[in-house]
Amino acid sequence: MDELSIRSGDDVVRVRQQARVAAASCGLSLVDQTKLVTAASELARNTLVYGGGGTATIEIVKSDTGRSGVKIDFADNGPGIPDMELALTDGWSSGSGLGLGLSGARRLVDEFKVASEPGTGTTVVVIKWSR
Amino acid sequence: MDRVPIAKIGPTLFVSIQIDLEDESVVQLQEDLADQLTATGASGVIIDISAVEIVDSFIGRMLTMIGSISRLFDAETVIVGMRPAVAITLTELGLSLRGVRTALNAEKGLALLNGTA
Repeated sequence: MDELSIRSGDDVVRVRQQARVAAASCGLSLVDQTKLVTAASELARNTLVYGGGGTATIEIVKSDTGRSGVKIDFADNGPGIPDMELALTDGWSSGSGLGLGLSGARRLVDEFKVASEPGTGTTVVVIKWSR
Repeated sequence: MDRVPIAKIGPTLFVSIQIDLEDESVVQLQEDLADQLTATGASGVIIDISAVEIVDSFIGRMLTMIGSISRLFDAETVIVGMRPAVAITLTELGLSLRGVRTALNAEKGLALLNGTA
């Protein structure tokens, strides 16, 4: 398990690189690796820009059926997401982005859980399974 | 922050992205390209992304913006060399890079700019 701090644009690149290493080591196809790394990039940027910085924890996990996958847990102590449904809508953005970050990341992974309390922060957990 | 170099060959500006792109590097590239377009009067921009492992929504938006900015300087932008996994992921993400032209490789991109494709 690898906890990475996200405090700068540099750190977003580091999260991508570590996500790539984990994805390759558990046998994800090149397309699935790319999808996971792209989702990680979106979510790490959200952690930095909207959450005011935080952490990404990357680990390799096993499913009940014995498949291995990469799980990444993003956590910040930022302002939280007041309206989750809106935040997950394609094209909606609270900032200057395209509004594809959260909704797009969800499409790129197999499991996606987001929890947010206004005022205490946001956690997003994603998993991509090997086939 | 790493900077992406821009090379002028004839009327074309060539950009080959060989680094793991930070957001700041892409913003810098956009500014450097605008400067180079005014300084050189180039009529085309080729951006080779064959070494780029991921294009997320931010990088995608910046590439589209580079296309729009170039057009204001009467220059056409062609993105070349996109990896298959990147193309699949971009599409699933919901990004179409509308407004910029794409070509399989630098040679075809150049032919597109020269009107010989």
